[in-house]
Amino acid sequence: MEQFLQQMAAGLANGAIYACVALALVMIFVSTDHINFAQGEMAMFSTYVAWTLIQAGTGFWLALLLSVAASFIVGVLIERAILRPLHNAPVLSIVVVFIGLLAIFHSMAGSIWTHTLKTVASPFPAVKFPGSSIIGPHQIGMIAVTVALLFVLFAFFRFTPLGLAMRAAAQNPASARLVGVSVDWMLALGWGLAAAIGAVAGAMVAPAVNLDPNMMAGILLYAFAGALVGGISSPGGAVAGGFIVGLLENFVAFIGDRIETWTGYYIIGNGEKLTVALIIVITVLTLKPSGLFGRVDVKRV
Amino acid sequence: MTKTTRRSVIIGGSTLAAGQVIGMPAIAQAKKYDVGATDTEIKIGNTNPYSGNASSYGNIGRTLDAVFKMVNDQGGIGGRKINFVTYDDGYSPPKTVEMVRKLVEVDKVLLLFQTLGTPPNTAIHKYMNDEKVPHLFVATGASKWGQPKKFPWTMGWQPDYATEGAIYAKHILATKPGAKIAVLMQNDDYGRDYYNGFLAGLTKANEKMIVSRATYEVTDPTVDSQMIQLKNSGADVFFNITIPKFATQAIKKAHELGWKPVHYLNNVSSSFSTTMRPAGIEACQGIILALYRKDVADAQFADAADVKAFRAFMAKYMTASDYKDDLHNYGYSVAHTLIEVLKKCGNELTRENVMRQAANLKGFEAPLLLPGIKINTSPTDFYPIQAVRLARVKGEGFELFGDVLASEST
Amino acid sequence: MAEQTASPAVVAAPAARSSFNFAPLVVWPLVAVAVALPFISNAGGGLISNFSFLQLSLVIVYSIAVLGLNLLTGFNGQISLGHGAFFAVGAYVAAILIKHFDIPYWSVLPVAALACFVVGYLFGLPALRLEGHYLALATFALAIAVPQFLKYRHFEAWTFGVQGITLRRVRGPEWTGLNTDQWLYLVVLLIAVLMFWLARNLINSRAGRAMMAIRDHHMAADTMGIDTARTKAITFGISALYTGLAGALHAIIFKFVSPDSFPFPLSISFLVGGVVGGIASLPGAVIGGAFVQVIEKYADALTKTISQMVHLPIELQPWTIYGIVLIILIYVMPSGIAGGIASLWARLRGR
Repeated sequence: MEQFLQQMAAGLANGAIYACVALALVMIFVSTDHINFAQGEMAMFSTYVAWTLIQAGTGFWLALLLSVAASFIVGVLIERAILRPLHNAPVLSIVVVFIGLLAIFHSMAGSIWTHTLKTVASPFPAVKFPGSSIIGPHQIGMIAVTVALLFVLFAFFRFTPLGLAMRAAAQNPASARLVGVSVDWMLALGWGLAAAIGAVAGAMVAPAVNLDPNMMAGILLYAFAGALVGGISSPGGAVAGGFIVGLLENFVAFIGDRIETWTGYYIIGNGEKLTVALIIVITVLTLKPSGLFGRVDVKRV
Repeated sequence: MTKTTRRSVIIGGSTLAAGQVIGMPAIAQAKKYDVGATDTEIKIGNTNPYSGNASSYGNIGRTLDAVFKMVNDQGGIGGRKINFVTYDDGYSPPKTVEMVRKLVEVDKVLLLFQTLGTPPNTAIHKYMNDEKVPHLFVATGASKWGQPKKFPWTMGWQPDYATEGAIYAKHILATKPGAKIAVLMQNDDYGRDYYNGFLAGLTKANEKMIVSRATYEVTDPTVDSQMIQLKNSGADVFFNITIPKFATQAIKKAHELGWKPVHYLNNVSSSFSTTMRPAGIEACQGIILALYRKDVADAQFADAADVKAFRAFMAKYMTASDYKDDLHNYGYSVAHTLIEVLKKCGNELTRENVMRQAANLKGFEAPLLLPGIKINTSPTDFYPIQAVRLARVKGEGFELFGDVLASEST
Repeated sequence: MAEQTASPAVVAAPAARSSFNFAPLVVWPLVAVAVALPFISNAGGGLISNFSFLQLSLVIVYSIAVLGLNLLTGFNGQISLGHGAFFAVGAYVAAILIKHFDIPYWSVLPVAALACFVVGYLFGLPALRLEGHYLALATFALAIAVPQFLKYRHFEAWTFGVQGITLRRVRGPEWTGLNTDQWLYLVVLLIAVLMFWLARNLINSRAGRAMMAIRDHHMAADTMGIDTARTKAITFGISALYTGLAGALHAIIFKFVSPDSFPFPLSISFLVGGVVGGIASLPGAVIGGAFVQVIEKYADALTKTISQMVHLPIELQPWTIYGIVLIILIYVMPSGIAGGIASLWARLRGR
């Protein structure tokens, strides 16, 4: 039983990582219909910025704030400078541009900060409490930050004029334009927001997995799966999806281990957990193509 | 003009010395060259992952390059400058094959040095031996690099993983005979080599001592789930076959879970500053590992001449890098081993002589090796470093204990 | 929005449809020269190095692989981020047959191709329900899963797990006077010619028009009486067959396969090669294959040249150059190099 709880806690903690990145993916998807494959690398780069500031002595939270601000600006700039001129290009060409961005961010991080593993100390106090052998303070903090982020975004989109304008631009660009919303800038803001969320995700991930240019390589796939299983058009769905994927992969390994303990025969283990988790996700998607919490799009002919 | 004269003087001098040592009459030794060597240059080829998943290892290639730059600044080897050609292979075996063929067939290097990774080296193993090009001191700890009969042109350098695994197993049998062992390993050839060596060390009769084994992929974000599984197996000994990123996570997680097994950590993650410090000094106390090089950040070696020289080198030639990264330490030490071989080659820079000299190192103390550990090779022994010392994390450093352990796997 | 997700591989108007007919004037003479190349080289006393033949072989192998992806993505509108998986399956089928059964290399090629067709077809069936981003995820997952399966404990007797399989060197027949590299180049070239010719005929056939109709308007194709499900699944199979065959050739050329030989970035480079070359075009596949071979491997060399010319404050890395080249190419030629050349040609003719 204890192991079950521990695996669940570990799954939730990993899930929080995926949820954060999935949230960033959704930000760009809802406004532009693109999956930004460079999102993970951008988040990794932002984390290096935060790390540099921490080394300079700013303290974690100030560093995070500054890196979020810087990432927001860079996100806006990338949309304006690189993607705007290509808005008529075929979708696959955009995918290639994302791959180009991924390669650039990845290698630039290596150039600037070298490939030597860096550590980021957890901003949460390392206290012992009843149950801390099941879930550590950083894991709890990470989950809390993810959920808080979701609520902030929810409030932003629901109650602020800017948030409402962004939603309008994403859902119905033509009408939004008519009521005076600058759709172009809203897309750029979407990119900025995504980059800022990515910066938060990176800063939360780094204390758990350590910082190097490959930090996000594996995480992006999980986040992608999470975003889709939850429904890529809804932030809440993406967060839920991230947690689901985190739990799923841990339970696959857990069950595999149980089977091996009981029967002595190895069927699945940690080597296969990602594959099995993905197969489950894809099966869900074939049965429910808009994700568990996504809205159904009606095709117009 | 003056330059040429000076060089010929140096060459004359070194031949003289070499001649006297061997006790032959001091006649100027005839210069003999294969492709890749001339009066002024020695061309050395290398591949390293400068991009992709394993790109952190690219620091080894960068260090080698810097060491050779330093050697050239100091006049080269026997007056010959080293031309070090290194290509990115992204740790992808087919790409390694292609780049190595370019090095051998187009760039025409004298020898190949420190190509990195077991799969990439496996892919070129046969080619190098068919082409009879020295394939020296490969950067992997697999045990297959020491087969002089079958592969006379390939030689490893570091203590092989299997031997190291066996040393831990023997230590467990000697100190904790009834142990229940849990193993965490990377799911690739590197993890497999350690694990197989470990099994061999335990011997068939004791294989049942392993109560749980979990693997991870390099793309996994964390190994938390694996650690929970291992802890719950009830093991009281933990063998940790992980690279620094995951070693740190595993140590941290064991500490968080309140699991306190006797912890054996592989040498791959032996760097105090990239593994222990990030994991937290408290969590690392008592971890046992096998060492063969000095940790340059360890206070007990701060005054050693080789450590000082290394730090001066890092300060001058690799200003942007962190000297505490163990890969620089490794690259520096192995580069000096090759330099020793090339020095011994004198004016006979043929591929055959390079192999002959590489297989004739006697008690060579490469810089940064631990006291008591020496490099020995012979025509039948292609494992340059076969000794390690066990150490235990104590306070903010390593405490060596026991004798120098030499392996029997020749 | 619904419309866009329905056909993610929105492709610029196929350029190959121009009135200019490539085949008799350009392609066949080129093929003739290419076939003669090793013999010319030997007659001239080794004009072309073995290494160059290796590189040419790789360009051709990657062209076949990219062609497979083009058939699926460019001509049928199904995206794939996972074609490296089929490449790996083809390579492993070939390697296992050669290693365990000692079958001559040429006879494993059709077997590997067929095996990949089956794998691709079976994967294509459930993938029918997946479109756009979902298909991207499913294929992404496939690319991640296949190397894992190659390492799977119970398959190790066949795959040798993480160690990989080493194969013997292939030798050309005595009478040709060709060495291994030259012979393999010739083999690969002739297979590629056959495969491209077949692909051309497929595209110009009724089935090919059905493929493209599905790409351009799925529902309309459905109502026109095209069996969309069957067409899509079979296209998946054919696509996998091409890429798998390329994988088998790759294994024979390198005499070695291991799970590390087929990392996820391989799938990405096929996609990049396809898009940069021109995704719905046969010449585009050749350009894409050359791109995969040249730019990725030689971004490193280019990096060094640039670093020597200008002194940068930080170390320049190959991927930076690679990324910049990709973005610039897409800027200049959003529908790929083949499309770019075709429109340039059209403009010149228009004068």
